[in-house]
Amino acid sequence: MIINEGFKPKRKANEKLPPGQYEETGFPVLSLGPTPKIDLGEWRLVVDGLVEKELSWDWKEFAALPAEDVTKDIHCVTKWSKFDTKWRGVPLDHIMDLAGVSPEATHLIAHSYDGYSTNIPIEDIRAGGPGKAGSQAWVAYLYDGKPLEAEHGGPARLLVPHLYFWKSAKWLKRLEFVKGDKPGFWETRGYHNYGDPWKEQRYTND
Amino acid sequence: MSDTHIGSRNNPAKSEGAKWKEARVVSIGKAASNVMGIRFAVPGWPGHKAGQHVDVRLTAPGGYMAERSYSIANAPRDAGASGEPYDVELGVELLEDGEVSPYLWQLKPGDAIELRGPIGGHFIWDTAMPDPLVLVAGGAGMVPLMSMLRIHMDSLNGREAGREAVFIISLRTIDRLLYADELADMQKKDKDLKIVITLTENAPADWAGYSKRIDAEMFEKELGRLKGSMPDIYVCGPTKFVEAAAGLLVALGFNTHSIRTERFGG
Ligand SMILES: Cc1cc2nc3c(=O)[nH]c(=O)nc-3n(C[C@H](O)[C@H](O)[C@H](O)COP(=O)(O)OP(=O)(O)OC[C@H]3O[C@@H](n4cnc5c(N)ncnc54)[C@H](O)[C@@H]3O)c2cc1C
Repeated sequence: MIINEGFKPKRKANEKLPPGQYEETGFPVLSLGPTPKIDLGEWRLVVDGLVEKELSWDWKEFAALPAEDVTKDIHCVTKWSKFDTKWRGVPLDHIMDLAGVSPEATHLIAHSYDGYSTNIPIEDIRAGGPGKAGSQAWVAYLYDGKPLEAEHGGPARLLVPHLYFWKSAKWLKRLEFVKGDKPGFWETRGYHNYGDPWKEQRYTND
Repeated sequence: MSDTHIGSRNNPAKSEGAKWKEARVVSIGKAASNVMGIRFAVPGWPGHKAGQHVDVRLTAPGGYMAERSYSIANAPRDAGASGEPYDVELGVELLEDGEVSPYLWQLKPGDAIELRGPIGGHFIWDTAMPDPLVLVAGGAGMVPLMSMLRIHMDSLNGREAGREAVFIISLRTIDRLLYADELADMQKKDKDLKIVITLTENAPADWAGYSKRIDAEMFEKELGRLKGSMPDIYVCGPTKFVEAAAGLLVALGFNTHSIRTERFGG
């Protein structure tokens, strides 16, 4: 390790910050290309794969599902973290119950309107996983009490705050439940397959 | 455009990327009034692709660490090509109140920092990609695009043309233009390269380029003729700039999947 003599921290160390992260008070944007603008009249969310019942909601139907208000810290792999962000979303646990996800399913593959996809193990989206009370993941559509802006993933995005934020797919279109892992967009382009910020799992071999 | 030819699976650098390496400053000097060019020798550097970045880590005497990402400006082949050998060149914009950028600005030849990389498997370009090249930069967003332009120039191999390329650069003022002399030289050597500069503040009275923010009229005029030819498009800069530019490109009719973006924050 190199000590950089003369380097003076300007930010306070904070136990809420995972390693290598800094606190951001704005809300930066990170995505692979242009921001898709999706009309609410055309929006649909599909749930399929290893399910008893395939589901497909339009916006009205989706917004009528039971939702939760949650306050979470989020961590982007580009180094910023933002504390106490406020969201409203439908718990994935509830969606999984409605669809009757098969016990065979091991992963959720989330697909987005821009062609993006990302993979998440089922135990990371089920409520009450080991040591975790309540829901762990949501399909979020309000941010700070307002409709989620397009550049932040609106109309609706995944919210999986305990993993790096690229797992929280923007512009969500389809929730596919599969048996066996299927690395997504960033996971096949040098980024870590799981992405735990507290273990600093940023890149493939971290 | 499909992404199949740029997947990280064929990135030889992948496994090396995870390790922190010692990077020693070979030379340091202004690349523009607000951007410092810093060249590092990095023992064990596996090479990189144009468009990739590194993570830099600074450790204070008390053990506090800060990490930031910086794009790579040099063509992989620059290493050792002229003068003292170096592996990685960065272009770091000074944010006065920033934590990391002011420290990087005061580095001296011989100083060492830690970095790891190369990182990134999407915002990359290779001369094997056959289509025209469109680069759009806001300020220091020029850095990774310069790496692309440099490998493009190398690939010309003395020919005066070969691939249609347009580089649109938006700057507040002309003193913020990075690599000014090198760009002028490229423009002279490559008949199929068009460098378009727009200044958003205080354009000089005799300024012949644009003096406005990027807009639909400018993009239509400079890029409209490329609509039918499926260019590969790379947009880099502050978030607001990237949002604006990518939005204009989509509105102009370019395929969303041919537009790759990198946002620096801000
Ligand atoms: C993939 C990637 C590549 C990058 N490549 C480069 C590069 O080639 N050259 C470069 O100079 N920077 C680059 N950046 C930005 C860089 O990582 C740092 O964010 C930047 O240098 C500021 O760090 P700092 O510690 O000096 O400032 P900080 O202590 O982090 O604080 C700066 C404050 O200003 C804001 N801020 C952050 N970035 C900017 C910005 N660009 N403009 C205006 N305000 C900002 C932040 O919100 C923050 O609150 C890149 C970022 C990413 C994610």
